[in-house]
Amino acid sequence: MKVALQHLTKKFPGRGRKAREVIAVNDFTFEIPDGKLIGLLGPSGCGKSTALNLLCGLLKPTDGKIFFGDEDVTGLAAEKRGVGMVFQNYALYPHLTVMQNIIFPLQNLKGPDKLSKSQLREKAYEVAKLVQIDSLMDRKPAELSGGQQQRVAIARALVKMPRILLMDEPLSNLDARLRLQTREEIRRIQRETKITTVFVTHDQEEAMSISDLIVVMKDGMIQQIGEPQQVYDAPANLFVAKFLGNPPINTFDGAVQGGKLYIGGEAVMEVKDVPDQQVIVGARPEGFVLNRDGAFTCRLKGVEVMGRDISVLAEHDSCHDPVIRAIVSAESQVDLASASVRFDLKPGKLFLFRKQTEERIG
Amino acid sequence: MKGWLYLLPAVLFLGFFMIYPLIDVFVYSFEEGYNFASQTYFGTGTYNYKYVLRDPYFLQAVKNTFILVVITVPLSTGLALLISVGLSSIKPLRQLYQTVFFLPYVTNTLAVGLVFMILFKKTPYSDGFVNLLINWFGGKSVDFIDGPYWAKMFVLCLYTIWVVMPFKILILTSALASVNRQYYDAAKIDGTSGFRIFRKITLPMISPTIVYLIITGFIGAFKAYSDAVALFGTNLNGAQMNTIVGYVYDMLYGSSGGYPSYASAAAIILFIIVLTITCINLLVSKKHVHYIS
Repeated sequence: MKVALQHLTKKFPGRGRKAREVIAVNDFTFEIPDGKLIGLLGPSGCGKSTALNLLCGLLKPTDGKIFFGDEDVTGLAAEKRGVGMVFQNYALYPHLTVMQNIIFPLQNLKGPDKLSKSQLREKAYEVAKLVQIDSLMDRKPAELSGGQQQRVAIARALVKMPRILLMDEPLSNLDARLRLQTREEIRRIQRETKITTVFVTHDQEEAMSISDLIVVMKDGMIQQIGEPQQVYDAPANLFVAKFLGNPPINTFDGAVQGGKLYIGGEAVMEVKDVPDQQVIVGARPEGFVLNRDGAFTCRLKGVEVMGRDISVLAEHDSCHDPVIRAIVSAESQVDLASASVRFDLKPGKLFLFRKQTEERIG
Repeated sequence: MKGWLYLLPAVLFLGFFMIYPLIDVFVYSFEEGYNFASQTYFGTGTYNYKYVLRDPYFLQAVKNTFILVVITVPLSTGLALLISVGLSSIKPLRQLYQTVFFLPYVTNTLAVGLVFMILFKKTPYSDGFVNLLINWFGGKSVDFIDGPYWAKMFVLCLYTIWVVMPFKILILTSALASVNRQYYDAAKIDGTSGFRIFRKITLPMISPTIVYLIITGFIGAFKAYSDAVALFGTNLNGAQMNTIVGYVYDMLYGSSGGYPSYASAAAIILFIIVLTITCINLLVSKKHVHYIS
């Protein structure tokens, strides 16, 4: 099911008499293609959960419209939208068994849609097999691990074949290893069911790894929409560049003069077609190449070996952060005795941003 | 050893004022014609029980108590649940309503009794407020205080329900507030009807509280006495409105009193009844209560 948002806005009244109202979701307009998994990504408090609650109908928008397919569902109550939702804390009914939890949504069907006991069982087992919990059907939620509870929550959301599936930080309560596993699972389940899925997270790695499209948000505003790699390779502004990528991007004060980019007095790179101005330079950690005669000189602070590759830690007066982190291959030789280290910068991994607006140039 | 030392004050206190009297009552109940002043009795045996169980006043008291329990406990708990759910689902004026519903709890029993007098008592000047209403609808006046048995029982039940409800509402509203809202959100998204949410989510979630209220409600209703006195005065046997506890009191101190042995036997019978009912309650509730850690 295709989902379209048009100028969707949600304002909350401020607390206290003179408090300003909070615009949690500000003029969202975008379209989610049928059968895709999209990640709503942003820091805490950016409005991503509000956006999700607007989609499922628990909140009413202040302005704007929501379409499922061609149907305008803006005024439709949550129970009539036919969405499935996986809550952050799963919200499994603690007094019901896994089986009872899964069939709960189906038992709400009335009239001709009403299912017999054997049909209920059949459907429950079908979806339980999909998420691989069919051996746990008689347990209570308290007797399950976090990962298993998560699967039950997904099964409960899927069993009624929702028009769209919504997930609110579904992995945040799992430990690191389980999170990796479960996110693969979610990807697999989504591919198998082909249900349009919206996934909320503050973890950029999570969003990048499983989403077909990511929507980066900040303060209720959409910053950028695109395929993960495309957003990573061409961030719309400094916020997006900083938010995506681990380790994060290194940022410097710089200037463009006569077709050359200067950082701290050194001309580090040719930049064509950019008028002379002060800029903010963002350089991805993997955008540094060690070179004895490199154009960019930093003070060497140390080296972190991580097996596959090495992090070179350095300092530079123009850098916004205390440490520059450059990732180079493990074969590289770094002279630790030396006080300085020189790099060449890869053009595709380096972005220029306007000093005032922080928007990307070019 | 040290632990027992810490417990000693409490154990002494409980032993002296609770355990010892209990045993004493048990012993008295088997001693025929025990006399406080002379500390003498005629003999031992089950005569006291036989006497009490044949005493029409006691049987009337048992009947009254059972009617009171069976009517007021389910009704007051059900009504309290209804009001609490209502209270939890409204926003404006909620504080005000909560205060109003809690008022009877902080009001003296006898003062409440007075209010009920005004509502129900027939005097030479007026038939009482309720009778005015009945007359207005074309009915005939009923004497609720000195009239037929059912009218008196009706007033007693109404009074009891009214007095015990505030506490139940207080406990139930806090139980309802402690249910995580996310369960309701989840159920709502899945298209669950309001009634089913209440039956399948709210009720199980607050079931421990409900069982607590039912059990304490049963015990409280079995111990009813002061309510009847507030309404019908101290000659409860005469009014046919005595309760088991009232009977025990009358046997000890009433105008026809001075029979500690009979009083003890009646008290032990009450104890056995309450114990049995509570055990049944616990057994039944085990199946339907969901304790969530």
